[in-house]
Amino acid sequence: MTDVSTKKIVVVSAGLSVPSSTRLLADMLGEATEHAVAARGSEVEVEHIELRNLAHALTDNLLTGFPSKDLKAAIDAVHEADGLIAVTPVFSASYSGLFKTFFDVLEMGVLDAKPVLAAATAGTARHSLVIEHALRPLFAYLHAVVVPTGVFAATDDFGAAGGGDLQKRVERAAVELAALVAGPGGASAPAAPKRKLVEEEFAAPTDFADLLRRASEGPPEY
Amino acid sequence: MGMQFGIFTVGDVTTDPTTGKTPTEHERIKATVEIAKKAEEIGLDVFATGEHHNPPFIASAPTTTLAYIGAQTKNIILSTSTTLITTTDPVLIAENYAKLQHLTDGRVDLMMGRGNTGPVYPWFGKDIRQGINLAVENYALLRRLWTEDVVDWQGRFRTPLQGYTSTPRPLDGVAPFVWHGSIRSPEIAEQAAYYGDGFFHNHIFWPASHTKQMVALYRKRFAHYGHGTEDQAIVGLGGQFFMRKNSQDAKNEFRPYFDNAPVYGHGPSMEDFTEATPLTVGSPQEVIERTLSFREYVGDYQRQLYLIDHAGLPLKTVLEQLDLYGEILPTLRKEFESLRKPGVPDAPTHASLVEKAGGPHDSTVYAAGDDATGTSDRDLDDPEVAKVLEGEL
Repeated sequence: MTDVSTKKIVVVSAGLSVPSSTRLLADMLGEATEHAVAARGSEVEVEHIELRNLAHALTDNLLTGFPSKDLKAAIDAVHEADGLIAVTPVFSASYSGLFKTFFDVLEMGVLDAKPVLAAATAGTARHSLVIEHALRPLFAYLHAVVVPTGVFAATDDFGAAGGGDLQKRVERAAVELAALVAGPGGASAPAAPKRKLVEEEFAAPTDFADLLRRASEGPPEY
Repeated sequence: MGMQFGIFTVGDVTTDPTTGKTPTEHERIKATVEIAKKAEEIGLDVFATGEHHNPPFIASAPTTTLAYIGAQTKNIILSTSTTLITTTDPVLIAENYAKLQHLTDGRVDLMMGRGNTGPVYPWFGKDIRQGINLAVENYALLRRLWTEDVVDWQGRFRTPLQGYTSTPRPLDGVAPFVWHGSIRSPEIAEQAAYYGDGFFHNHIFWPASHTKQMVALYRKRFAHYGHGTEDQAIVGLGGQFFMRKNSQDAKNEFRPYFDNAPVYGHGPSMEDFTEATPLTVGSPQEVIERTLSFREYVGDYQRQLYLIDHAGLPLKTVLEQLDLYGEILPTLRKEFESLRKPGVPDAPTHASLVEKAGGPHDSTVYAAGDDATGTSDRDLDDPEVAKVLEGEL
């Protein structure tokens, strides 16, 4: 049976310059994923979020504890996405502060069971393990499901000589993400467990009898 | 009484960014008393103080502060913003606030909160991950301590009680009214609704959407638990203003305080923040209009408190703010009254709660006879006791 519901892919990229190689990689990944999801018979929509445009709003959110309208829209898009592509430049041996800040202001649970494709760019190939030592642990903590292939692109990879290899990795990662996003699930497949967000608690509040029971469960703490 | 107006403070000791001067704890504590006395003088209904247990705050021991203010005022209701129901032993809360009721002839209510300083939990031997559970269990015990003369109790977070009587018993047999405060925890709105208590939304520093959502949930669940209609739920809101006769003067004078404020300073512009939150910096008329707009998203409500003394504002300025507040107070009262839907209850007071309970009754619990003599100091048949009571011994 063909899944006719439109799959939504959100690409979050943290490049700072215009144009940036990070955005370039983000575009390649977005496009490849679009094709890979479409090839599985699903309608697909790709939305790009450039964190550079939200840099002030992100800092404000750190200080005030709530997002501006634009940032809220970006967070909601990520929450509602069927799959996330996250692309960061490497700064000082890790993801950039701007990139991390976006994931710092997400409520716990927003990325629960979310299929994620992790990608990074850097000036040289010496940073290529950043996906394994920085991005994967971050997304593991956030309870996301990261596809096996991470895509790292050094500046050289955008040159003609190495370009073919990069495109291959991009396509492999995109196919892996598409399999998670538009894979065979079917209506009867159980959904992965997710933490309850505040918005969901508002929509379906826990009865006070349950709150009382929950409070007294567990061994006494005194 | 209709709607209540007042102020609330967190008791922060903050450097005045325009002079570089930081008050001493002593100056700030005394200033708090001055501010409360001034609040009564301009005709406000409520003064509330927060509770913190760490610098830069002077807001520990709230009932000491409130009792001292109570001794120097006649009418103003003394309240809290908030009382830490998570880390304070409910047995002590029961005692302290019942005592305060007696000393101030019932001018007391309180607002439960979970606090916002993480280390307070371990300092008081608690686990922050149990915040909601502590608030739920501790409050359930607190209510019993006030409403039942003798309590047998066993729970998860404090040692059990057997045959325990909290003293003094609440004034006139009626516990202080309780508000529950929370910014973004639906569980606390649910708790307030379950008990038919008041719900207070801090409102300041946050977008109105948070407030609207929390109050809507509280009202809906208040009706669900059979305490009345959604319109009859008891709602309080915070607010924050800085006023001068001339709007631009207010903006110019407040801006350095805004830009350096501990909570939101060095972040969004004052203009962005006044748009996103209830903060109003402008003329008295602007403050009136903004305040009246709150009811558009929470409905008719019972209590409006403003934060006016934070971010290093000097006492003199705060007192001037209170003078201006006093000037707009009659208009605020009149306008809210005229907009209020019929059937919306007044803010609860000790008097109204006593009336609801069918009149005052003394709830003193006299001690039972002691094991050695079988008598108590109230055993009038005991000649020794009679002598004491008659002043002979």
